[in-house]
Amino acid sequence: MTRLEFDPLLDDPGTRVLVCCGSGGVGKTTTAAALALRAAERGRRVVVLTIDPARRLAQSLGLRELDNHPREVVVEGFEPKGELFAMMLDMRRTFDDMVLTHAGRDRADQILSNPFYQTISSSFSGTQEYMAMEKLGQLVAQDEWDLIVVDTPPSRSALDFLDAPQRLSTVLDGRFIRMLSAPARASGRGLLKIVGTGFSLFTRAVSTIVGGQLLQDASTFVQAFDSMFGGFRERAQRTYELLRSPGTGFVVVAAAEPDALREASYFVERLSAEGMPLCGLVANRTHPVLAADLPAAKALAAADELDRSGGAPLAAAVLRLHADRVAVAGREKRLLARFTRAHPGVALVGVPALPADVHDLDGLREMGRRLAGE
Amino acid sequence: MTSWTEELTRARLHVVSGKGGTGKTTVAAALALALATGGRRVLLVEVEGRQGIAQLFDRAPLPYAEERIASAPGGGEVHALAVDAEAALLEYLAMFYNLGFAGRTLRKMGAIEFATTLAPGLRDVLLTGKVKECVNRTGADGRHVYDAVVLDAPPTGRVVKFLDVTKAMADLAKVGPIKGQSEGVVRLLHSGDTAVHLVALLEEMPVRETLDAVAELDSADLRPGAVLVNRVQAERLPARSLPVAAEGRVDGSRVRAGLAAAGLDLDEFTLEGLVDETVEHAIRVQSQQEAMELLRESDLPTLELPELTDGVDVAALYELAEVLAGAGVR
Repeated sequence: MTRLEFDPLLDDPGTRVLVCCGSGGVGKTTTAAALALRAAERGRRVVVLTIDPARRLAQSLGLRELDNHPREVVVEGFEPKGELFAMMLDMRRTFDDMVLTHAGRDRADQILSNPFYQTISSSFSGTQEYMAMEKLGQLVAQDEWDLIVVDTPPSRSALDFLDAPQRLSTVLDGRFIRMLSAPARASGRGLLKIVGTGFSLFTRAVSTIVGGQLLQDASTFVQAFDSMFGGFRERAQRTYELLRSPGTGFVVVAAAEPDALREASYFVERLSAEGMPLCGLVANRTHPVLAADLPAAKALAAADELDRSGGAPLAAAVLRLHADRVAVAGREKRLLARFTRAHPGVALVGVPALPADVHDLDGLREMGRRLAGE
Repeated sequence: MTSWTEELTRARLHVVSGKGGTGKTTVAAALALALATGGRRVLLVEVEGRQGIAQLFDRAPLPYAEERIASAPGGGEVHALAVDAEAALLEYLAMFYNLGFAGRTLRKMGAIEFATTLAPGLRDVLLTGKVKECVNRTGADGRHVYDAVVLDAPPTGRVVKFLDVTKAMADLAKVGPIKGQSEGVVRLLHSGDTAVHLVALLEEMPVRETLDAVAELDSADLRPGAVLVNRVQAERLPARSLPVAAEGRVDGSRVRAGLAAAGLDLDEFTLEGLVDETVEHAIRVQSQQEAMELLRESDLPTLELPELTDGVDVAALYELAEVLAGAGVR
């Protein structure tokens, strides 16, 4: 197993973007924040883009609300060698801003008030990922930071981050919406012949179900949007290219659990298929044994004996919790060894669990030390 | 830990949600086994197209058909179904339109994906519509085919939107066949036949998300059922030692004396390791207790499931089901 070394990575001025991804609930946000903090303390000018941080974690970074702009982290006693900025993604606002920047006032209003736009910008499942990429693109373009650390949206699968923007653009760029948005052409004989009776049956069925108004709104929206951006697909493609550019690295975060590691495996394979640079895997919240010389069986036997004599409840408890820990650590080790066998080239670092939730700079700093293997 | 209520026993549709990473699917499966215990027939349904049930029961991906996947103690049966929105839409359209060959073509062209994406609410209406059909289905004898249906639902962030069919329908056509169908779904989801359970871990984020979800369910007039607390760590330390240990103070000499009494003579390094492990354990248990305290705000029945050090396999599901049955689940 190769060890994932964070300090050289964070110190390298060539490292410009770090993307922390992984399935939900594995500690992506905390990892992203801890890496950003450590990089700032080591002298980089860093911005961390968080998606959905725990309230107290956000507060510890001085983030009181979603305001969609990076703010410098100013906390008493925090004097990094470099600088640390943080922001929370406001997906709706990012989308609105994107429209406002690119369309004239009138056209922007027309788009923003379109009911279909409101659905897509607030509840479509790929929008958050799309907007995270859009925001990342903006931060890169602003060129004010020498390192950008990105957290990714909470999704069941890490792959969603790569797939969702494409899915959104497929829908908005797809042939059905083109047919809908070009009613004149669609009703012409030629096209109908190509797609056959299926399409007319389909539009009839769909408009019965979703209602003609929605189809109309969708088509108006796509036309307006299309002329503004030259298509969603190209835009998604551009941000995608950014992720493949030199200076970008992916940090895959997983818990030492079968589901999370399975997701991590898929993601690692996908990154390599797409030619995207993988820094390595963070196996978060491990429980290494601290009293390694005492085997679990021996501890349990001794605990049983103490229970029988009834004399030393504290020592018996210590022995039992040690045996629990040995079992957990053994299981985690087996799971990680299995991952490494399947992906021998992937650098890995185990991050021992902090006993309590991380919700202040001290906690983040400690997490950073553990990430760096200190 | 409080127990299952009489009211929950009357529910026939058990919706299981929870923050990502809390073990929602595992708990849903254990709940299905617990409900089937004693000879009942239970259907376990998933709707997110990720084949979590098949993985959990270590079998090939489920087709869009109900299959028996496990037996429960006392002659019970658990069946499983992975609902697929596209298949549900085609099934549904076929009831009203003779799509036939065109239906398959549309599917190949991605038209169904398009329709369900165009109106995100449509997907949810279709999925919950299929669930309703399973809950209400009766056999030749006029009795329900399933005594209970357990739905492995989307995570807490999305579950209310998923279940709020009325709102989803606002985007859709005001008339037509789907309207009638969705009214039945609304009736079921807002009735005493349905309970929405939330899986939580005893950590800050999952607990807060659980409380938020309870409030959100209440305001959408959906009924929160029980909180199912997953992966609860065994509390090993005597109650009076806990707060001191959590502050980092463990009486090393007392531990050493106790160990010596059991015939263990450990070196200084190992003893220090044991003390550190004890302090971490104590901090964890204490923050777990604080989280539990916070959870009580929800005022819901709270059932605890133990952390399984060996991980979750099929045997472990039965173990968890037994714990739930012991807490009164039936």
